[in-house]
Amino acid sequence: MSSLFSNLLQQEVPIVWYLLLSAALFSLGVIGFLIKRNLITMFMSIELMLNGVNLSFVTFAHQWGAVKGQIFVFFVMVVAAAEAAVGLAIIIAVFRARATLTVDRINLMKL
Amino acid sequence: MAELLSGYIYSGFAITGRLIFERLQSERGGAMHLILFFIFAGLCLAGAINLLLQSHPINSALSLIVVMTSLAVLYLLLGAEFLAAAQIIVYAGAIMVLFTFVVMLLNAGREERTMGSRVARSVGFPAVVAILAVLATIILRAQDLGVASMKGGITSTEELSKVLFTELLLPFEVTSVLILIAILGAVALASRGNGERTASK
Repeated sequence: MSSLFSNLLQQEVPIVWYLLLSAALFSLGVIGFLIKRNLITMFMSIELMLNGVNLSFVTFAHQWGAVKGQIFVFFVMVVAAAEAAVGLAIIIAVFRARATLTVDRINLMKL
Repeated sequence: MAELLSGYIYSGFAITGRLIFERLQSERGGAMHLILFFIFAGLCLAGAINLLLQSHPINSALSLIVVMTSLAVLYLLLGAEFLAAAQIIVYAGAIMVLFTFVVMLLNAGREERTMGSRVARSVGFPAVVAILAVLATIILRAQDLGVASMKGGITSTEELSKVLFTELLLPFEVTSVLILIAILGAVALASRGNGERTASK
């Protein structure tokens, strides 16, 4: 634990802090997914989780000096963009059929 | 026009990043890395918490933009120059514009608290706290993770693209097919289909 704060005055930040930040972002995303009742906000929480994971990928890529970790983040971004496009289209279709965005009211798969 | 604009954004971003990096790599930098980390990690967490606290979706979307932009700065601190620019352009730009567009299109109002959210709160919170505790314990137990500094230099876009377009060419092409399918799917889902029209008759 003491090694966490040993290099406060240097030009370096412990890798652990980045990883803790990424874990915190991921957990906040999970909490948002659980407590939010709006379809769009729940979707945003998923994006938050993806961003938390991306941060840990970039951190480890920096630690190992590996390029492939960064390329993986690039692929995650591409998939997230595709996911956002399809997901928001589904949200629009659901809203058109139900006229609500509250997930508790959307309880039937059938349109 | 849009390509030109994003080109300008990227080059401006890259030049600013280079300037910060040169300062960080020189000895005059002092504790700049640490200060930048604290500022933007704090912004990141504040934005994420604000996303949860706001009840209107548009406010949540704006705080998500804050999170993504400060993450871009953290990527820059970790030497991922291209990813920082892509984070701004793709995430904070394209994806969040899509989100705000849908929020405004559907005129999504204030969310209502219901029974389901209370159950999720009472069961979900302890579970998430447990997950975070496990993650933090594992991370803190790993002692030899080292430090992140500017000494390692930055990963240039050239270095990244060399690997991407030689070794990982097949995944790259598969991803482009995925994007194409996603576009077709989004258009098919969002447009009023034939089935819906016949059903309403």
